[in-house]
Amino acid sequence: MDIHEYQAKEILQKAGVGLPRGAVAFSAEQAVYAATELGGWRWVVKAQVHAGARGKAGGIKLCQTYHEVREAAEGMLGRTLVTHQTGPQGKPVQRVYVEVADPFEKEFYLSFVLDRKEERVRVIASRDGGMEIEQIAAERPDSLIQIIVEPAVGMQQFEAREIAFRLGLGIKQVQSAVQTILGCYRAFRDHDATMLEINPLVLTKDGRILALDAKMSFDDNALFRQRKVADMHDPAQEDPREAQAAEHHLNYVGLDGTIGCIVNGAGLAMATMDMIKYAGGEPANFLDVGGGASAERVATAFRLVLSDKNVNAVLVNIFAGINRCDWVAEGVVKAVKETNIGVPLVVRLAGTNVEAGRKILRESGINLYTAESLTEAAKIAVEVSKQPKTAA
Amino acid sequence: MSILINKSTKILIQGFTGDKGTFHGREAIEYGTNIVGGVTPGKGGQTHLDRPVFNTVKEAVEATGAEASITFVAPPYCADAIMEGADAGLKLICAITDGIPAQDMMRVKRYLRRYPKDRRTLLVGPNCAGIISPGEAMLGIMPGNIYAKGHVGVVSRSGTLGYEAAEQLKALGLGISTSVGIGGDPINGSSFLDHLALFEQDPDTYAVLMIGEIGGPQEAEAAAWIQKNMTKPVVGYVAGLTAPKGRRMGHAGAIISGEGDSAKEKAEIMQSYGLTVAPSPGELGSTMARVLENHLRAA
Repeated sequence: MDIHEYQAKEILQKAGVGLPRGAVAFSAEQAVYAATELGGWRWVVKAQVHAGARGKAGGIKLCQTYHEVREAAEGMLGRTLVTHQTGPQGKPVQRVYVEVADPFEKEFYLSFVLDRKEERVRVIASRDGGMEIEQIAAERPDSLIQIIVEPAVGMQQFEAREIAFRLGLGIKQVQSAVQTILGCYRAFRDHDATMLEINPLVLTKDGRILALDAKMSFDDNALFRQRKVADMHDPAQEDPREAQAAEHHLNYVGLDGTIGCIVNGAGLAMATMDMIKYAGGEPANFLDVGGGASAERVATAFRLVLSDKNVNAVLVNIFAGINRCDWVAEGVVKAVKETNIGVPLVVRLAGTNVEAGRKILRESGINLYTAESLTEAAKIAVEVSKQPKTAA
Repeated sequence: MSILINKSTKILIQGFTGDKGTFHGREAIEYGTNIVGGVTPGKGGQTHLDRPVFNTVKEAVEATGAEASITFVAPPYCADAIMEGADAGLKLICAITDGIPAQDMMRVKRYLRRYPKDRRTLLVGPNCAGIISPGEAMLGIMPGNIYAKGHVGVVSRSGTLGYEAAEQLKALGLGISTSVGIGGDPINGSSFLDHLALFEQDPDTYAVLMIGEIGGPQEAEAAAWIQKNMTKPVVGYVAGLTAPKGRRMGHAGAIISGEGDSAKEKAEIMQSYGLTVAPSPGELGSTMARVLENHLRAA
């Protein structure tokens, strides 16, 4: 799960990380009020969306007057921001963050990630702040400072100190950098984060270490014990269909193709999409109905898949283990009868109670194509998806 | 022969008396698995599915001589259950549970390393379908009847894609020595590599089918290891050719976040290390049949 910059900064502030003074605003009036309250003579207005690369897309504006703050906020709120990380559909801007712009001398990069290879937390820092990490890694690999944290004891002072010295900080700033780095580590660990990126971390002209930006992502599996983080969830930043799917405990990811997929198991769902591609078609979505798919869940899955207007065929592929093919077949029949599907339907059932499942489908009188194997199912789905719609 | 488990392996069920432990425990017993008892804290002394229930894994091991366990313990408590099993000296723990926090798994992995190698627990999973040695024992949630006994080793991240492979192999008259699901989480107890090493040593496994997914470095590491260390042929496949970058495809671990994470890149890496890659998920069985035939003819 992702959160907004201002929310990440709330968390970091409690962990003792140095931050510019700032406030969130939901309207241009609030933004101007925030600027007057914060004081100072220069402010940055930042669009709050779950994506990076906002600066180049016009989502970050430096303002010298209250009038400019108002204009910047008005220009962002209610719009959709498209950055190279949002995809072409962009993300809606419903809040902005107004922050005092402290003049700074140096920019650094600092991040924490759950490293799958090391199975530990990896800390990455660089003297080349402001650039994206991929770019730093490609252009200035020598500038990367990396530390793997030992989970039994957590990050140590000396490790943070090593990073601070290698960033080229003077002895006066090292102590404050150590506090910031260890604060970030604690915020990461205590909130079950999977990623925390401070880009840039800056040294201000008056010698303070501040996190100018903050991005945090969290482990969905740990949200049960991170209620405060879970409450920061902003559904407006998600694809509406994916949000709806999540409510029903379905895993749905929308894609650009035309063949809707309803599958059990993430691996088989990906393989089904691959098979469609291999047969010459394009999948419209990833959808894992999970184990124990009840008739209701299958029906919900159908509604979701069909709400994508590009879908012109639906492929159901269920390999029942915990599931039973007869239950799934009943779900398919129910869904087809309740939702006027209007496009050809291909069903492949395998595994537990497959004969009973096939019998239910045969006797239902529903117009559908059945397939015995994955290959056959994908082939039929691609063929029927290319027929004119009236054929259904 | 098989790897990890066979008819005589003494097995405990952690989270024995819950719905899942009961349902899959019954299935495992019916399959002929040697389930010797179970653990549910607070229910020690009771009998469940005609087997004794214990409060702690240690007591269960002392009383039954159990060597392995399967755990269905709920996500918030599962890391604890795994560490308890490791401390009690179990050689193998298979964690079916889906939804364990990644930081908990980080601590579990660290905890397992506190024991010397010869008494260290091998953890399979979490978030996996489990292990089956067809005709011998089933330590998982798979439909047992789709597996034929034979000589192909299967190791897969995905459960259902493992079923798909089993069915395709069976349809071609090929059986399986052992099938292992290593699970779809970012941090697994054991990797492809751990199981490939076991398959290499198992005289009854002639070839191995390795089914990967997008995300993470495990497939590439395994492929490099295979080229150096394996004499048996390996057929590979990586699911997720059509997966977009940065989107989590169901499994917490199935996300393309860096270089070498995509299905295409992984398949190319596998090929560069000499594995035969199945061109599509519909050809897992037929590719294996071809490779196995060539291998046996050459031998």
